Amino acid sequence: MKRILSSEITSESNYRNRRQFIRDAGLAIGGGALASALPLVAAAEGRDLATVPGPHSTDETPNSWTDVTTYNNFYEFGTGKEDPYRNAGDFVTAPWSVKISGECDKPGTHALEDIMAPHTLEDRVYRHRCVEAWSMVVPWVGFPLGDLLKRFAPNSNAKFVRFKTLYDPKQMPGQRRAILDWPYVEGLTIAEAMHPLTLMVVGVFGKELPNQNGAPLRLVVPWKYGFKGIKSIVEIEFTRRQPRTSWELSAPHEYGFYANVNPEVDHPRWSQARERRIGAGLFASKQPTLMFNGYADEVAELYAGLDLRKNY
Amino acid sequence: MTAGALRTLKVCVFLVCLVPLGKLALELLGVAGLSLGANPVEELIHRFGIWGLNFLMITLAVTPLRFMTGKNWLIRFRRMLGLFAFFYVLMHFLVYAGLDQGFDLSVILEDVVERPYITVGFTALLLLIPLAVTSTNRMMKRLGRRWQKLHRLVYPIAVLAVWHFYWQVKLDTLEPIVYIAILSFLLGYRFWRKYVRSAHPR
Ligand code: HEM
Repeated sequence: MKRILSSEITSESNYRNRRQFIRDAGLAIGGGALASALPLVAAAEGRDLATVPGPHSTDETPNSWTDVTTYNNFYEFGTGKEDPYRNAGDFVTAPWSVKISGECDKPGTHALEDIMAPHTLEDRVYRHRCVEAWSMVVPWVGFPLGDLLKRFAPNSNAKFVRFKTLYDPKQMPGQRRAILDWPYVEGLTIAEAMHPLTLMVVGVFGKELPNQNGAPLRLVVPWKYGFKGIKSIVEIEFTRRQPRTSWELSAPHEYGFYANVNPEVDHPRWSQARERRIGAGLFASKQPTLMFNGYADEVAELYAGLDLRKNY
Repeated sequence: MTAGALRTLKVCVFLVCLVPLGKLALELLGVAGLSLGANPVEELIHRFGIWGLNFLMITLAVTPLRFMTGKNWLIRFRRMLGLFAFFYVLMHFLVYAGLDQGFDLSVILEDVVERPYITVGFTALLLLIPLAVTSTNRMMKRLGRRWQKLHRLVYPIAVLAVWHFYWQVKLDTLEPIVYIAILSFLLGYRFWRKYVRSAHPR
């Protein structure tokens, strides 16, 4: 039997109103300490997006809006899981532009609107597996990265794609301390980037992406650990050589370039064989992690002949 | 301090030591909009771990505080604080073993053997057990001078605990470094008092 979460029963907006009410009540009582202990109200809900159902969706039940928007790793806004939710509210994502450079015939800088314009937005429900051994099911909104990249006509030297997050310590308090080599950099092989599963994401739950989830433009690569899904992207570069990614630079023996979900290759400090599904409840046991996060049929061929123990 | 005042104060301190547990209980039950967040198991492990560590530090602070203030009755609180440290660490372990690993002994054993930070934490927990067991007045009397020797184990335990904390951090080591500083002070003070100060009587 499936367990039903209270947040699934309560409709999203009711739920929100209840939170708002509780928070207002807390403030009215004048209990400053009480109010600060209460959850903040999420940033104003984004606009609804016009979408069509996309391929490759899992039929697993998506996590709640609360799970997806309050439990995030986005170190630019703090290392605590709720920090992005609390600190990213005022982050300015418009106007936004993305610079395309490197090994392609049509480099240039484009406004976000131009980046998105030719593409049909698709709903795609993907499994999301964090390197920290937890997982969610997230209804993303986006379009295939490959379709975007082709518009800039990558040439035959383009073997990899390198992505960069905005660097703006004024807005991103996490960047004021050098815990990572800012700005955040991620990369894919060109084959991974062109794979139909790889998504440029602009929304969740049919709405614009909340700031804490990487607004306004982020990457989602569902067969890789979550940290490959770089957020708030301002640069895309086609490169000849394998980019050096932020996590790889910070701890090369723990985080590799590939970072494919793999239950057989443990993180040096914890097992990757099982994962905790967020929202499953206090007494739910962990579930087995699937090779390539369950997308082996689609992507295993990309790694034929590659030693996945060495190329973790 | 009179015996009555001491007793009252002890009850107060006892209740204060239960506050972190109470807050967790309210969050667990979702009272007044409080919650443990999207990953309650992880949150419970973290909060019990932090409070276990905090109480270890507080317990180790009693003696320096007593010397600095000359208030000898402070020592009367040390046992209670130490037992609270043990209680929170034990809860930390039980949540890990029960809720996180489903009491799967083979998985737990594998973690203890293969994950150095867990090996270190587990050693600290094992070493705490004899201290908790011998904390009664009867045991204190029975063991005599050996009691004191045995309870010096709290120093390596505290070092192991902070080391465990440092090792499990993914990236941002600021918080464990704060604990390293606190522990260095608490142990350094004892060293200074015993060897440096006594060598140069004023
Ligand atoms: C004196 C004994 C111990 C102390 C003081 C202690 C303290 C801590 C602290 C402070 C944390 C970090 C919490 C945070 O990040 O907020 C932690 C994490 C953790 N500890 Fe302990 N611990 C002890 C023993 C143990 C034992 C015996 C085990 C299991 C066998 C254990 C397993 C863990 C686990 C699994 C984590 C979480 C790691 C993660 O979330 O990635 N600890 N501990």
